[in-house]
Amino acid sequence: MKKILILSGKGGTGKTTVASAFIHLLNSKSYADCDVDAPNLHILNRQQCEPETEEYCAMPKAAADRSLCSGCGLCGEKCRFGAISYDGEGKAVINSFMCEGCGVCEYVCPQKAVRTEQVVSGYTYRYNCGDESDPEIPAFSTARLKMGEGASGKLVSKVKSNMKQLDDESIAVIDGSPGIGCPVIASVSGVDFVLVVTEPSVSGISDLKRIVKTLKHFGTPHGVCVNRWDINPEKTEEIEKFCNEENIMVAGRIPFDEEAVKCVNRGISIADTDCAAGKEVRKILQETLKILENR
Amino acid sequence: MKIAVLSGKGGTGKTFVSVNLAATLGKCTYMDCDVEEPNGYLFLKPEIRAEEKVTVNLPAFDAEKCDGCRACVDFCRFNALAYIMNRPVVFPEVCHPCEGCAMVCSRDAVSFQKKEVGTVYQGASGDTEFISGTMNIGEASGVPVIRRILEKSSDCDGISVIDCPPGSGCMVMETVSEADYCIIVGEPTEFGKDNMSMVFKLVKGFGKPVGAVLNKCTGGKNPSEEYCIEEGIPVLGKIPFTRNTGNLSSRGEISCLADGELKEIFISIIGNILNEMKEGVIG
Repeated sequence: MKKILILSGKGGTGKTTVASAFIHLLNSKSYADCDVDAPNLHILNRQQCEPETEEYCAMPKAAADRSLCSGCGLCGEKCRFGAISYDGEGKAVINSFMCEGCGVCEYVCPQKAVRTEQVVSGYTYRYNCGDESDPEIPAFSTARLKMGEGASGKLVSKVKSNMKQLDDESIAVIDGSPGIGCPVIASVSGVDFVLVVTEPSVSGISDLKRIVKTLKHFGTPHGVCVNRWDINPEKTEEIEKFCNEENIMVAGRIPFDEEAVKCVNRGISIADTDCAAGKEVRKILQETLKILENR
Repeated sequence: MKIAVLSGKGGTGKTFVSVNLAATLGKCTYMDCDVEEPNGYLFLKPEIRAEEKVTVNLPAFDAEKCDGCRACVDFCRFNALAYIMNRPVVFPEVCHPCEGCAMVCSRDAVSFQKKEVGTVYQGASGDTEFISGTMNIGEASGVPVIRRILEKSSDCDGISVIDCPPGSGCMVMETVSEADYCIIVGEPTEFGKDNMSMVFKLVKGFGKPVGAVLNKCTGGKNPSEEYCIEEGIPVLGKIPFTRNTGNLSSRGEISCLADGELKEIFISIIGNILNEMKEGVIG
């Protein structure tokens, strides 16, 4: 199966809007939301069944036993993440948000008062409404990171491994996260093509340049489309000029369309209606498919 | 007082609200903690007077001393070490520099080398002090850069506005833990509402006072506003959606400097925050 990933660098440029339109137009049988920090694709998911939910444990966290702690201060001295402080009686207190689960405190504690324990860092969801082996039944894989957790990259890899496997010719669509860090890097690995959705603004352009550098760093093929291009036509031209100079395929321009917001709030994709944005996204999909075929 | 500007969902207008708050306040500190995709500099156009590289400690192994016991490889929970061709090898991208490998080594074979992961910039834009940072391309975590930005802010008096990263994960948590007051910027979509609820829970978990700014209001259905009413989150201000505001921002202009009505909205948002804080102190 071929995988198309939608990224943006800057948040809110329309990743989920484009991803949901692609899923609908392709009638894709396997899709995923890798934005585990702030997932949204489930809002537009059409499957009516309840998802299979699993707890996801990525890293353990330290916990201190007050009755054993002698207050020697060694754990706090050795912790490189600032996760250990001491209460009024000098006993160790672990800030589990700061703890990265490295196990150093457990190793250095002479009293064996600190232990690391498995904790749930998020939940994975698989929507599989029907016979899992039937290639015609669509499957949707997503997850939600528990607030303040740091294991987003590992959870993203889990979302991807939970995706339904299709035959070689079928296309899977993956909605990604904003930014260029951990969850983005994890989502990029193993995909066939990344479509970057940007917007014509100074922020959009600055962030586009950083995500493009990141994709070049990892050697992932990519193209660009400009959403709400008519908000600032000069900036749209600047983006397309940048792409031409960098030899990046420009897949198209989506106009600003109030219908798009209404679609989201009704829980449908822009490809479901005859709106201007929906028409343009069809063309962008065609351009993306041409690139995939030529690879 | 440190005010963290959050959203959950990207693109709801964190930077828009942060730079307009900073411009309305004038004398304050603006900190851009979105080190993956920083944008505040595009609006405040600061004069940078200091630049500092942020480094982390990466382990390096002395092959002469290493006896191949693999204690370090077994200890590393991040799978950042492997024993290949009779020597330990580090995978720098996944190393969370805990230094545990050095502690477990009985042969004193581990030393540390500094690896650059990003840069912190300090400067000024008029009366506004400016601090921001960038994470290097290809790095997985911006947390060390964010920590350095927040450390710098401890010298700042008066009001600081912290422009936060999107999401509700570890990087956001770093900034929330430092804040005295949190603003959640919402947009009138179901997406915005869903992500707003995630950040609201995070902020509540830290016991921080919180209010919402509703951005891009059109007069139509506003799921984020409905959520604020349900949860009793005070609405500090509502910013109407206009093509003019969108166009000003797209060009890197600070909208409230060109739009008197918008400036009034930001003055009232600041007044509302100060009132909320006062009530909080008395209550």
